[in-house]
Amino acid sequence: MESQIILLIFILVLSIFLGVELITKVPSTLHTPLMSGANAISGITLVGAILSSGSSEIVTITLGTAAVFFATINVVGGYLVTNRMLGMFKKK
Amino acid sequence: MDITILVNLSYIAASILFIAGLKMLGSPDTARRGNAFSSSGMLLAVLITLLDQNIVDYRYIAGALIAGSIVGYFAATKVKMTSMPEMVAIFNGFGGIASLLVGSAEYVSGTFDNPAFLGAIFVTVLIGGITFTGSIVAYGKLSEIISGRPFLYKGQQFVNGLLVLSILLVGANMLYIQGFISAEQTLMLLLALAFLLGILFVIPIGGADMPVVIALLNSFSGLAACAAGFVILNNVLIVAGALVGASGLILTNIMCKAMNRSLANVLFSGFGAVADASSESSQEQGEVKPITAQDAYLILEAASSVLIVPGYGMAVAQAQHAVRELGELLEANGAEVKYAIHPVAGRMPGHMNVLLAEANVSYDVLVEPDDVNPIMETVDVCMVIGANDVVNPDAKDNESSPIYGMPIIEVDNSKTVFVLKRSMASGFAGIQNPLFFKPNTRMLFGDAKETVSTLVSEFKA
Repeated sequence: MESQIILLIFILVLSIFLGVELITKVPSTLHTPLMSGANAISGITLVGAILSSGSSEIVTITLGTAAVFFATINVVGGYLVTNRMLGMFKKK
Repeated sequence: MDITILVNLSYIAASILFIAGLKMLGSPDTARRGNAFSSSGMLLAVLITLLDQNIVDYRYIAGALIAGSIVGYFAATKVKMTSMPEMVAIFNGFGGIASLLVGSAEYVSGTFDNPAFLGAIFVTVLIGGITFTGSIVAYGKLSEIISGRPFLYKGQQFVNGLLVLSILLVGANMLYIQGFISAEQTLMLLLALAFLLGILFVIPIGGADMPVVIALLNSFSGLAACAAGFVILNNVLIVAGALVGASGLILTNIMCKAMNRSLANVLFSGFGAVADASSESSQEQGEVKPITAQDAYLILEAASSVLIVPGYGMAVAQAQHAVRELGELLEANGAEVKYAIHPVAGRMPGHMNVLLAEANVSYDVLVEPDDVNPIMETVDVCMVIGANDVVNPDAKDNESSPIYGMPIIEVDNSKTVFVLKRSMASGFAGIQNPLFFKPNTRMLFGDAKETVSTLVSEFKA
């Protein structure tokens, strides 16, 4: 358990550094699509939500199902609107 | 092959796709493909999770997936580009509440003997709750359901301090004392306090500072997902959540720098409520010089370089299409046309760029203040359309100005400045602008769309 937590903290720290490196290279022109795309990625919590929603206890199912609903809005809406916006960026 | 190995390999693949997708967002040429990469990573992560053997019932999952997809689809396809800040704000909230619900679901079905697990739940619920109600208030302010004015009251810091202290006590009860109040009561109390903190955190902040707030809440929604990853011990949540968290923090930092203010100042000062006091000095700076669209046309026709400085007022007047048309006519007339976009123009980071892209303005003529300020003297005409504070020379010259030190687009150094403005009312932050009184400034009063359309028809005549 402890070693697993340590490993996850290790992943967290590296991910933050990687995130900073990646995001500073995004030009300011694309900051709005970056934010809507980030909305979609934060919907990754859907993975946890699905596991809760598939449980056998009624309270867990209720909370999990609501979580699946909200996270899915984020994932589907976030990626679609980002795609819609990025399609507008054209060079002559 | 063992299913857990397959699942974990898929999570690694999903993480790679997220990272590659973000990397491709580094250029407008590859950005759309990057979004496709990122979304296929998400699809992979979701599909592989559905294979989990602990899932006993798929009906609720399927129902919620379908309902959420429908809502998401309509939100994404119907939203107007001017309303993107509202959409991102409310989506931040959805991300927060989803993580909060995951944390709560684990809490009610979990065991209470592992402080690391309980601590992760505490953080998930707390950040998720703050993100949720904070985002709803931000949404309300952006869509003007709630007044955009900063809301300050006596003893605010004291109330906030008390709230944070209560949250820490609930956290201590959750992790260590247990039994002081029941687990359900602890969770309910934590939910209530986190929701309250979210409201009290955003409500004092003025409408002009909402870009910073939604960037920060964007970061929080990622951090909530990240914390949820520690609850269910899942690495893909941690990687994706951390990427979003980093993204939001960087944007927050960029916004704060663009306003020359610290994050603490944005969050706690109620900017705008106190702005009027120091602006008397700029009252008596001479007369404004109005100009008709016909005369403005003559100057534009002779110009060989034109810089358009759009602000949110341009989007409010729905003038971006007329502006693009004018830009094309100017180019056909032999002028070099660029659009200078300040990082805080519009109501969220990059908002103005999207509005111009929607109006078919080529993205390679969109430039940043640092690109144009050094060559401002060579610009024949600057057209300021619906922007105000981001071209205010007080930011350079007037130490008593509340925006002193903020980097601006130095249009006053160009040969001629046209300011398209409805009236002489002050900007979003309520600060007087001496630019309007400069000898090289001409005011084009009226609705921006009508004014630009008149210029367009003059060019066509």
